[in-house]
Amino acid sequence: MEKHDGAGTGEVRFDDPWYDALASGWGEVDGTGALAPAVPAARSGHQEHTGGAAHVYLEVQRSAAFQEVRGRYRRFVIPAVAVFFPWYVGYVVTATTAPGFMARPVVGMVNVALLAGLGQFLTTFLLAWAYARHARLRRDRAALELRWDTQEMTRNARGGER
Amino acid sequence: MTGHHQTLALVLFSVFVAVTLAITTFVSRNRHGSAEEFYAGGRLFSPMENGFALSGDYMSAASFLGITGLIALYGYDGLLYAVGFLVAWLVVLFLVAELVRNCGRFTLADVVAARMDERPVRIAAGSSSVVVSVMYLVAQMVGAGSLVSLLLGGTSDTARNWTVIGVGALMVIYVSMGGMRATTWIQIVKAVLLIGGAITLTVLVLMRFHGDVNALLRSAAGRSGHGRAFLAPGLKYGADWTARFDFISLGLALVLGTAGLPHILSRFYTVPTARAARRSVLWSIGLIGGFYLMTIVLGFGAAAVVGPEAVRGSNAAGNTAVPLLALDLGGGANSTGGTVLFAIVAAIAFATILAVVAGVTLASSAAVAHDLYTSLRRRRAKSYGEVAVARVASVGIGVIAIGLSLLARDQNVAFLVGLAFAVAASANLPVLLYSLFWRSFTTRGAVWAVYGGLVPALVLVLLSPVVSGSPESLFPGVDFQYFPLQNPGLVSIPLGFVAGWLGTVISAEPPDEAKHAEIEVRALTGAGAV
Repeated sequence: MEKHDGAGTGEVRFDDPWYDALASGWGEVDGTGALAPAVPAARSGHQEHTGGAAHVYLEVQRSAAFQEVRGRYRRFVIPAVAVFFPWYVGYVVTATTAPGFMARPVVGMVNVALLAGLGQFLTTFLLAWAYARHARLRRDRAALELRWDTQEMTRNARGGER
Repeated sequence: MTGHHQTLALVLFSVFVAVTLAITTFVSRNRHGSAEEFYAGGRLFSPMENGFALSGDYMSAASFLGITGLIALYGYDGLLYAVGFLVAWLVVLFLVAELVRNCGRFTLADVVAARMDERPVRIAAGSSSVVVSVMYLVAQMVGAGSLVSLLLGGTSDTARNWTVIGVGALMVIYVSMGGMRATTWIQIVKAVLLIGGAITLTVLVLMRFHGDVNALLRSAAGRSGHGRAFLAPGLKYGADWTARFDFISLGLALVLGTAGLPHILSRFYTVPTARAARRSVLWSIGLIGGFYLMTIVLGFGAAAVVGPEAVRGSNAAGNTAVPLLALDLGGGANSTGGTVLFAIVAAIAFATILAVVAGVTLASSAAVAHDLYTSLRRRRAKSYGEVAVARVASVGIGVIAIGLSLLARDQNVAFLVGLAFAVAASANLPVLLYSLFWRSFTTRGAVWAVYGGLVPALVLVLLSPVVSGSPESLFPGVDFQYFPLQNPGLVSIPLGFVAGWLGTVISAEPPDEAKHAEIEVRALTGAGAV
């Protein structure tokens, strides 16, 4: 169940049970309006591993598949941190240096400070939800495939050493 | 403040203790003392269970007693704590939870040691974890002390000290007998009780004001004696620039500290995958966010219904605002409703403290046994099992925390937790982030990052007005205060990051590309995760 919710981060390959396309197409778009491109496989199938298990991780790290997963993670997390951290620090600094502005009434007893505080709660909930959705739709499947590939390569490399 | 509600509160509290002890024995039956079992509870908790346990670990006495008290006394400035405590979870969710689950086994040091020369980084990260945990424990036990002195209706120091000792003894029993599995279930029970209690009180407060939040705010502002200024920042932290910088410092410590708290990090190992860790963080963000929204209502409710004077009269730091609010909402000191509600809330607060104390003790005993003991023992010496060492360590940490909390008992709980957060953010967060994200990070950088944050943070606390030089400090009689701020975060957190960077750029050893590749691949894919 878990593995099947949220559909395709990529071209739908109908012969692959991981990629069951939803009839509605819901969840296929990550919000930018574009379909996420497929992630290439971690290994092309023919190369030989020479350096044992330690080199497997280097090899995976250099693979296009991993770079894509890492890129997707960074492309979400860096802007998200760049939004919430300055917003929080700005809120704290404003609260301490400009109490007059924060005390300005808006509606009834509610002032700018209370609205800003509630705004912090709201943005936290929204960003958490957005992160989880992004990870589920754009990263999880590719990361899982990489995990199995990497573990298999590690096993093979270890086997080869013995 | 005598009579029935004391008895009732004690009965309810005894019931909680009995139930949790039953849980402890029940879940730990037929369990072998493996490290996997003791530190991580078998790693098979569901995201929802772990989400409740995470929020149970996090919603400490600082949240329930401390924040509401600060809001009741200082209005908006107390609310800033709630915001910081919640926003901090975004750091945990984005940068830490999944990656730490994928890279480590039991502790923070596991993640760093995966890349570095194991022994020095384990000793460094293990020590800082123990320091953070002890500071956190002190805050919780101070909360227990305030509660009991309210409950027993006076300033009986003996009763208060025995409570602190009793709480310490119970936590050692939970931890050493039940390990992570029992601790997790206690957190879950406690989280449900705490959220239930908070919902009940919030509904009662809102009913008192006929659901009109505006009337609640107006009444709180009017009764505070500050008028509209009560609803704006500045009452506690607006007096001068020192106070303002102090507040910014606290704000940074709160938002960056959570991701370095050992007992929060070790919770991610109780679920099977990184994905489950992420989902448990989502649960806990929902629960904690909802809970803090309620504490804001409760804090302003205490200001409006009880009044800051009565709150301050009961406990100068405000730690008893919520029980007093419950007493009033139930119908007053001499009514049955008031008595029952007061007893229930006091028992919930006790349960909260007990559960958090158990969680923190477990994490710190893991740091002692898994990190310090395995790195420091002589190779030829007789080796005891790691779990046995962890059990002994929980006793030792309990004793230290009890001793310190008897010293610090007149401080606000949320404020004391702020110090623990500052140390966590200075000593643990830089090394964790550098290890996960910086390609050129080296062993020397890791060790420097830990000590470069830990030592300044501790020294600055020692030289701060918290310890000496003012009437409210721990040692009011002496004056060796050289650092103006109460919270060291503004200085010590950047120092931790700078020290880690400096140690890395001047270290002789080249960064290990393969190890970095390994940790990066493992962190993002989960390959090789246990």
